[in-house]
Amino acid sequence: MTAYLKLDHIDKSFTRGSQVSEVLKDIRLTIDKGEFVSIIGHSGCGKSTLLNLIAGLTRVSAGAVLLENKEVDSPGPERAVVFQNHSLLPWLTVYENISLAVSKVFGRTKSRAERHDWIMRNLDLVQMAHARDKRPAEISGGMKQRVGIARALAMQPKILLLDEPFGALDALTRAHLQDAVMDIHSRLGSTTIMITHDVDEAVLLSDRIVMMTNGPAATIGEVLAVPLARPRRRVELSSDRTFLRCREAVLKFLYERHRFVEAAE
Amino acid sequence: MSIQTIEDTKVKAFPTPAKPAAVIAFTAKARRRFDPIAIAGSLATALVPPVIVIAFMLVVWQIACSSPTASLPPPSQVWNEAYDLIAHPFFNNGPQDIGLAWRVLISLQRVAIGFGLAAIVGVALGALVGQSIWAMRGLDPVFQILRTVPPLAWLPLSLAAFRDSSPSALFVIFITSIWPIIINTAVGVRNIPQDYRNVARILRLNQFEFFVKIMVPAAAPYIFTGLRIGIGLSWLAIVAAEMLTGGVGIGFFIWDAWNSSRLPDIIVALAYIGVTGFCLDRLVAAVGAFVTRGTTAK
Ligand SMILES: Nc1ncnc2c1ncn2[C@@H]1O[C@H](COP(=O)(O)OP(=O)(O)OP(=O)(O)O)[C@@H](O)[C@H]1O
Ligand SMILES: [Mg+2]
Repeated sequence: MTAYLKLDHIDKSFTRGSQVSEVLKDIRLTIDKGEFVSIIGHSGCGKSTLLNLIAGLTRVSAGAVLLENKEVDSPGPERAVVFQNHSLLPWLTVYENISLAVSKVFGRTKSRAERHDWIMRNLDLVQMAHARDKRPAEISGGMKQRVGIARALAMQPKILLLDEPFGALDALTRAHLQDAVMDIHSRLGSTTIMITHDVDEAVLLSDRIVMMTNGPAATIGEVLAVPLARPRRRVELSSDRTFLRCREAVLKFLYERHRFVEAAE
Repeated sequence: MSIQTIEDTKVKAFPTPAKPAAVIAFTAKARRRFDPIAIAGSLATALVPPVIVIAFMLVVWQIACSSPTASLPPPSQVWNEAYDLIAHPFFNNGPQDIGLAWRVLISLQRVAIGFGLAAIVGVALGALVGQSIWAMRGLDPVFQILRTVPPLAWLPLSLAAFRDSSPSALFVIFITSIWPIIINTAVGVRNIPQDYRNVARILRLNQFEFFVKIMVPAAAPYIFTGLRIGIGLSWLAIVAAEMLTGGVGIGFFIWDAWNSSRLPDIIVALAYIGVTGFCLDRLVAAVGAFVTRGTTAK
């Protein structure tokens, strides 16, 4: 069986003038359909760069991203991204933001009424139907992030890409949204790649955790499988042996073997 | 001991709660109720000071120009000699003898065409220029220089190019007002956040959809700044433009009044032009505020 998503010996370097900075080096990873994978690593190691490569927003310098054996060379709605800062369009309402995506992706295949139902389905999924006529400036940070997730889901992507989706939120809102994402993942079975800084979040949500070494020329240091049954409950897991073991493994990787070196740049 | 206090403050800073989301919902719900007394009050504070200042200026003017040797007419003389123009803006006594309001409308029509074209061409050109860093670098200095050329200076060139007064006049209005529209649109397009561009790329919006759905709304605050400067300039150009066309516009009226030494008429026409220009400016500003509502907050 071939992998659903395959990152095949990817290098990425940025060139500015005569200066070449190597950010990613020899990234190899395969991801199965329906899997939830987290990418964790210190700030600046190239996590967002990797996600942008998968999204097609930037091009690889060498190697290839293969989705269902087809090379990814441009961005598209089948690889939807939830950005760290939500990037909702401020002049559109919540509904219109999602409608922009839905009418572009399903404009030919769904009727107007079907599209409306689909938008409302996705708003319901993140419990934001009540705020459909609000503009982004009128809702809280957590609500914006929910709408961002709904917009991505509404594209019915093959892969959902989340770039530190809860990074800017307070702990309580973050926990709510993590539960929401787990719930959505279990219901839709969407293949998901999430970048995070948060060890607990990674262990709680993921099937596998990809740990990245520090840059420059960062690569995948270790991949940890999280053998926890779903559905997972955060309160029960907080004392679970497997959970604690996974958590410790990630912490050890990040803070003992690949400590963040301030002067690395 | 001082180190101790610094550490204390640091510790206190930690448990600061994140801003509560509910507050945002409250402000959105609060609606202002219709309150005639408050409206009358704010109207009075807006109107009373300028009325006093204008009255004061009229008095000073009257005193300064009352001597028989004065070269300019005092307000009283303007009122007496140009009473027809002031009291009856809409009279119509045949093709050349019409009220000032009609003349203003005719001039406005001219400005509407010239400025309308400038707005369409300016936004389109600005969008093109703003998309490319090299176009921006190359063209921006040129625009900055052309922008400062006064309307009258375009007259001879325009006449030579069009060989007809009517399109020349429109061209003068067009060319005077287009530069700030191009420049501001280009800056607005340059400033579109990369995030919005990424959203457009993921959705695979085509060039046209990107222009309509992302570029114009994202750059709207800048575009309207340009349009506002542009409409001011195009109204400034009206006298120059109508020196060419003749006919019945307010600009030509001034030129005509000067040739037949009717100073009071000129003064009344100036007041008309000023008030109209003010209204145009406010109109564009109001449209801009309406269109860009909700987009300024991020
Ligand atoms: N467009 C670019 N041009 C040049 N260098 C870049 C570019 N984008 C990213 N980099 C560099 O690549 C490195 C990785 O950046 P990236 O944003 O992927 O890090 P990150 O792991 O997402 O960090 P964080 O956790 O803080 O978001 C950084 O050193 C950055 O300077
Ligand atoms: Mg990042």
